[in-house]
Amino acid sequence: MKRDFDFVVVGGGPAGLAAAVQARSLGLSVALVDEQPAPGGQIYRAVERAEAEGRAAALGADYRDGLALVRAFRDCGAVHFASRQVWQVEPEGRVFATDGRESIVLRGSRILVAVGALERPVPIRGWTLPGVMTVGAAQVLHKSIGLLPSPGVWIAGSGPLVLHFAAEVVAAGGRLAGILDTARGGLPEAAIANAAGMLRGWRYLARGLGYLAALRQADVRRVTGVEAVEAVGEGRIARVRWRVNGAWNEAPAEGLLLHEGVIPSTHMTFALGCAHDWDDAQRCFRPRTDDFGATDVEAILVAGDCGGIGGARVAECQGRLAAIGAATALGRLPVPERERLARPAREALARHRAIRGFLDALYAPPPELLAPPDDVIVCRCESITAGRIREAVALGCRGPNQVKSFTRCGMGPCQGRLCGPTVTGTIAAELGVPPAQAGAFRVRPPLKPVRLGELAALAEPGEGA
Amino acid sequence: MRIDSMFLKPPETADAVTVEVEGRPVVVPRGASAAAAALIAGLASTRASPVTGEPRAPYCMMGACFECLLVIDDEPSQQGCLVTVRPGMRIRRQEGAREL
Repeated sequence: MKRDFDFVVVGGGPAGLAAAVQARSLGLSVALVDEQPAPGGQIYRAVERAEAEGRAAALGADYRDGLALVRAFRDCGAVHFASRQVWQVEPEGRVFATDGRESIVLRGSRILVAVGALERPVPIRGWTLPGVMTVGAAQVLHKSIGLLPSPGVWIAGSGPLVLHFAAEVVAAGGRLAGILDTARGGLPEAAIANAAGMLRGWRYLARGLGYLAALRQADVRRVTGVEAVEAVGEGRIARVRWRVNGAWNEAPAEGLLLHEGVIPSTHMTFALGCAHDWDDAQRCFRPRTDDFGATDVEAILVAGDCGGIGGARVAECQGRLAAIGAATALGRLPVPERERLARPAREALARHRAIRGFLDALYAPPPELLAPPDDVIVCRCESITAGRIREAVALGCRGPNQVKSFTRCGMGPCQGRLCGPTVTGTIAAELGVPPAQAGAFRVRPPLKPVRLGELAALAEPGEGA
Repeated sequence: MRIDSMFLKPPETADAVTVEVEGRPVVVPRGASAAAAALIAGLASTRASPVTGEPRAPYCMMGACFECLLVIDDEPSQQGCLVTVRPGMRIRRQEGAREL
């Protein structure tokens, strides 16, 4: 099978799909590698199956909109490597991907990293207890196989997804124990600072108000002004506790779904050695790119949420721009033509991004999330607490990599994906320095566990050195 | 140990798949992940931490957290949320670290 392509896309969400379609229309040969069995990413996850089973409409018009993009991708002539995890990307353009048994190597003249976002880790007391999951996890189960949480399950957190998912559950006939809303009530300030963006992004605001109305109508209990949340139980969550105005409350809980927004998945771009900047509005690192998604590593481009959170529509625009930019870089599209093609994508990008400043301000994560109390587990893999990190800082550690050597924090199978942001935040707070100065974990391949036998099988006779 | 699942019984579909979770048959929708099957089966936890022995269960369902490591068809340390069920698939808890 063909293994050399003009353009290799990693990730099958809106950014990756739009990029593949655009690149094909410009005559590039394209491969797309994705972890999921079907295109769509997390946002349009299993949208073809949901449509076939008659469930897509209930999941919302925005979800169903993904069908057009998925179908365009299916028809575009890109080679689709599904259910493949990419465990190494080389700056020169080789991509290694495994299906769990066997690895393949693809070569791309340009590589687009479009691996999306992950939910911001929510290190609270009890978050490692079975029965505590993320809102995104529950939504994956709903979109992909129609699973609904039991009525005894709570949601805690803030961000657009909290209201969206709760409304989705209600619309599907489900019930929830309640929503513990941790948004810090900065609504007036956020609105004043971002009035222009709110006007341009009124469709997003109308949608949010619609969710709230639906939840009120369904009589979903919603507690606002929640300052802290804890999961309690022996071997499994049994109760949830929360603090409002300094006073603790508690209730039985069959499960707890946490969410405090999403952050870029930067594992791959860090491993590639791309330059990253700290985004103070979104409280996360993101790779530095130009208007066409090009990074400071020549063959590597970035599009979608892994380059900074913008949502599905922004991701789609960025994917198109990245493909256009790549075509020009490869000498396949003259610059004037590039500018003509880029204009509509840029205009749509600006339109869909207008609301982001307001959302970032409204749903800024509380400081305790970035630097939790001493007894809270930060690194789930190695069960390392915030207190252990602070001890390491007291011993002289000045960044995440030193803390890792001292404590094993970030050394487990997730390779720091789930603790990295908290480790950076805790060190920065402890030292009183900006997060950019504290820095991030160094990421090394393999990005996903891969068996030695697979590595050995890659070294075929005659292909060595 | 089993509990009532924190999810409602999945909608019945004609092409549902029967898998084995901890030796017991469980019917799950086609396209479900192995981790989803363990949740539907109502396993109280799906692995024991190799560091502390504490019970753990799927957390992110998106391939990032590695909490859903399972033994799938005798192959240990599989990311259960990224493996799609096949009829007859045998899914077991991952007790601590895998044996090398």
